[in-house]
Amino acid sequence: MASHSPLQFKNRLFYALVAAGGLVVLMGLYAAHMMEEHGHIITGMNNQIVWGIPHIFAIFMIVAASGVLNVASIGSVFGKTVYKARAPLASLLSIALLAGGLTVLMLDLGRPDRIIVAATHYNITSVFAWNILLYSGMFAAVAIYLWTMMEQRMNPWSKPVGFVVFVWRFILTTGTGLIFAFLVARQAYGSALLPPMFIVLSFAWGLAVFHVVQSAIYAWNGNTHTPDIVKRMKNLLGIFIIGALYLVAAYHLTNLYFAHQSGFEHFILVDGGIYPQLFWWGYVLLGNLLPLLLIVLPGLGNTKSVITASMLVILGGFALLYVFIIGGQAYPLNIFPGYEAKSSFGDGQIGLYQPSLPEFLLGCGGLGIAFLITTVSVRVLNFIPHDKPYIAGRGTTD
Amino acid sequence: MSDTNVQRRQFLKTSVGAVAVAIAPGMLLFDMAHGKSEAVSSKVRWGMLIDTANCADGCNDCVTACNKENGLSGGLSPTDSQWMRKVELKDMRGGRTLSLPMMCQHCDEPPCVDVCPTGASFKRADGIVLVDKHLCIGCRYCMMACPYKARSFVHEPLHDQKPDVPRGKGTVESCTMCVHRVDKGQQPACAEACPNKSIIFGNLNDPESEISKKIRTVQSTQVRADLGLNTGIRYQGI
Repeated sequence: MASHSPLQFKNRLFYALVAAGGLVVLMGLYAAHMMEEHGHIITGMNNQIVWGIPHIFAIFMIVAASGVLNVASIGSVFGKTVYKARAPLASLLSIALLAGGLTVLMLDLGRPDRIIVAATHYNITSVFAWNILLYSGMFAAVAIYLWTMMEQRMNPWSKPVGFVVFVWRFILTTGTGLIFAFLVARQAYGSALLPPMFIVLSFAWGLAVFHVVQSAIYAWNGNTHTPDIVKRMKNLLGIFIIGALYLVAAYHLTNLYFAHQSGFEHFILVDGGIYPQLFWWGYVLLGNLLPLLLIVLPGLGNTKSVITASMLVILGGFALLYVFIIGGQAYPLNIFPGYEAKSSFGDGQIGLYQPSLPEFLLGCGGLGIAFLITTVSVRVLNFIPHDKPYIAGRGTTD
Repeated sequence: MSDTNVQRRQFLKTSVGAVAVAIAPGMLLFDMAHGKSEAVSSKVRWGMLIDTANCADGCNDCVTACNKENGLSGGLSPTDSQWMRKVELKDMRGGRTLSLPMMCQHCDEPPCVDVCPTGASFKRADGIVLVDKHLCIGCRYCMMACPYKARSFVHEPLHDQKPDVPRGKGTVESCTMCVHRVDKGQQPACAEACPNKSIIFGNLNDPESEISKKIRTVQSTQVRADLGLNTGIRYQGI
């Protein structure tokens, strides 16, 4: 009997996790139902801040879904064996995050019941419509990629399919960046730097999510990290953090150089209330500098500090998206350059936004969906990275 | 046999007559419901010229008329629909003040139409930019893309809608240039309501129309002309 108790514990833990995840998903669905019943009046969104908390959750998940595949790409495309063992888990996380993010985006629509219209009526000039194709293609490509990795007879195909996924996710994150880059009239957006910025952000966020999930799976299954692997992967996280910070800095510096953008930059970086606070304290300090220290300082850099660093990177990502999406809309449109404007519709005024509970519930519901998909899949299929039985050069596990 | 034939002919005649009587009113109603059968044409480009010098500070008659015509509540909270608003402007260099009505500029190259994933935002051949309420999924991307902040999202359930102006909770809406009036040969409500006749409505493509003649003789401006959207609404005096 004694030999059964760890298994029993694992079983109980699994059902407890599924129940907890299911509860979060149910709460998210309830929030979506309330939003459909009463309209968006129960959210904090309005005619000036038209995209709110649900979009922050959704965009984080979609961007991370692309970035997490880096782990797979380094394995399949660049042939690094340590990463190859992690490619199935990375692919699973990508599908889970994409499903979570898209569900949030869909349930936030004013008319989620008409989602089928998005498939039957297609406007070819819309970057949103392109993204519908990119997302569905991503699901299909990653699912096939998983198949090639997990079905032994399909193994020879995993490299070419991995390459397709590698290219596809670059295009996908470019598409996500373009949603904002094509908004010519908004001060915060309309920059060609946004697609590359989103791509590099996706690297950092995706790897951070991967670290956290991998550690949780190891902890729940009684496995431990191999120190060598932790070291390699934390160095990569450090490089991605520096890269992301560089592109965010480049985006703001180019804006600062254009005289007509200086008002907006002053708002976001200096006197915009919550936005500069979140940017400097939330994103730059907690989301970048502190994780970097945790990774590179001598004496630190063990598994625990890498996990802490990863969680901070994720929090920093949310902070950055809040500043970028909400702050970008809060700053008034410059409709009449050279004039001070005021009206009953918020012209010339900073938009006010107070996020409401249903928005957070919906966003967390998306995370819950990603969590459920991952937890159940890891339980029923072999997604846990195995380092020891790995045979270098052959690319398969025994 | 011949009796049967006569009866059969009689029956057929009666049936055809009955079918005709049954269908005819429906056909008539169908025609009435669809109004004029001719399609709008790109020979016409509807537009407006707004004289800001004549637009009185504090006068809100155009906005009131717009709300009344389209069944809008007239509420001013950030979640209320405002298809038209008065904007007070102050020149940052000289301090000159002016007042003007702002609404959908009915662009020739509308960003809202470009970004709409389902094609719900569309431009009619005569230049009027509209939202198809049956196709709009409420993603609000058009509101992000509009340089004029001209669009509103319906945040609450609606009551007492006007039959000519369909609206819907969870969809985006904006000035329709009173398309239901224009199609009947009338002026948009705001142009008709302006006490100073500061809003001239007409066909920009007709060189003999009042609006075209005026645009040839006075200096007019398109708001954010730098974006190259070729707006249907022009302003005088800014």
